[in-house]
Amino acid sequence: MSATLAEKAVGLAEIRRIGEEIAAKHADSVDREARFPTESIDALREARALSAFVPTELGGSGASVADISAMCLELGRHCGATAMVFAMHQIQVASMVRHLENAPWYEGYLRELADKQRLIASATSEVGTGGDMGKSVAAVVREEDGSCSFEKQGPTVSYGAHADDLFVTLRRSPEAEPGDQVIVLVRKEQATLEQTGTWDPLGMRGTCSPGYTIRATFPAEQVLPTPFSRVATESMVPLSHIFWSQLWLGIATDAFDRARNFVRAQAKQRPGDPPPTAVRLSHLMSELSLLRAEVMSALHDFVEADAASREPLATLATQLRFNNLKIAASEQAPRVCQGAMSVCGIVGYKNDTPFSVGRHLRDTMSACLMVANERIHQTNASLLLVAKEV
Amino acid sequence: MRAETAEKVRTILREQVRLSSDVDKLGDQDDLFQAGLSSHASVNLMLALEGGFDIEFPDEMLKRSTFESIASISDAVDTLLGDEVAA
Repeated sequence: MSATLAEKAVGLAEIRRIGEEIAAKHADSVDREARFPTESIDALREARALSAFVPTELGGSGASVADISAMCLELGRHCGATAMVFAMHQIQVASMVRHLENAPWYEGYLRELADKQRLIASATSEVGTGGDMGKSVAAVVREEDGSCSFEKQGPTVSYGAHADDLFVTLRRSPEAEPGDQVIVLVRKEQATLEQTGTWDPLGMRGTCSPGYTIRATFPAEQVLPTPFSRVATESMVPLSHIFWSQLWLGIATDAFDRARNFVRAQAKQRPGDPPPTAVRLSHLMSELSLLRAEVMSALHDFVEADAASREPLATLATQLRFNNLKIAASEQAPRVCQGAMSVCGIVGYKNDTPFSVGRHLRDTMSACLMVANERIHQTNASLLLVAKEV
Repeated sequence: MRAETAEKVRTILREQVRLSSDVDKLGDQDDLFQAGLSSHASVNLMLALEGGFDIEFPDEMLKRSTFESIASISDAVDTLLGDEVAA
């Protein structure tokens, strides 16, 4: 390849351009038709953004957690579905990069991901586990010829039909306990996906997340060497909550911006006293700043906990911290969007005005369901029995 | 790891935590999570240990690796009991 490192590195400015020029333009049709945001994901591929988190020595941009967070926020301001697909892909890449332990197969795969800009979907939830990602029913089965196989019932596999590869949690073997899990990267050509449901939801419609029965056969080297319990606590769970909350903040910020534009337009029509909606906008700003404060302080806490060693990330106190981010941000983001709607009134409620915030409200309402908040509360409830400082 | 600590840890595991494996057949180094200790059960285990030994695990010890085997639990308990004696 002739491209220099500098040319390969994707920056926030380029992500912003893709957000403003492409994701924003197609956001309404993606939402209306519940279709995959092909245009913006293609543009992100073109910009080599799918390998942003891959280290430079493996052909990526070597972006940090803070860099990816900023990208999620920026995309969230323009198209929630694009931002969610981007965030979920980066969560898979980061979980791999941070835990590959020099496994040659994974190093080779990440080089290929950077070269071909492959998109990874995940199948971590499963029918029959009660929504607990830390348990699996499906298991890695060793075949007589030494290869491995599995069959897994995924109740929601986001962009499963549009991804190049799948990252799948499974029990280590058919004899293993439900919590004794590994994670496996399977290529689309090694797997078959049989769709088991439809996808016509309230919001985040462009993520295209119906259920699938996934069957795959693959070589044993595609099992990530690090046990999933460790990948989950040190990377997948905290990074999911961080990247998701960043994009929810992005959506809420755009809803606020639309409300502000509405108030400014009113003020320009009748110069003089600020319109009554300006006071409501001020109330809304304090709601938005609460959301931003929690989202940004959680990112700061992660970067700090991750700085010297990953030890602090393994503690229950840290799990509580990022669980709380998820709960707080997922409740606050739709609150901000609803506030923006009440500022804008009917023009905010309608779907075809510059001040429409219906999509924002619907998209952020998914937040409390992706890993149900009540389930996280149950986990926190038992963690709080033993954690000393929160 | 003191032998009496490990024995008491075994008693607590046997009586207060439901494992799918037989505690008496587990080695000191065997992985308790692979033996069926769920994250929910591990919280009960921590509480039982705090009660049984009259100790409190500080937050930095409250992590999976502390509770992954009878040996690692016993070492942590010994450390905390040792601290008390020293103080």
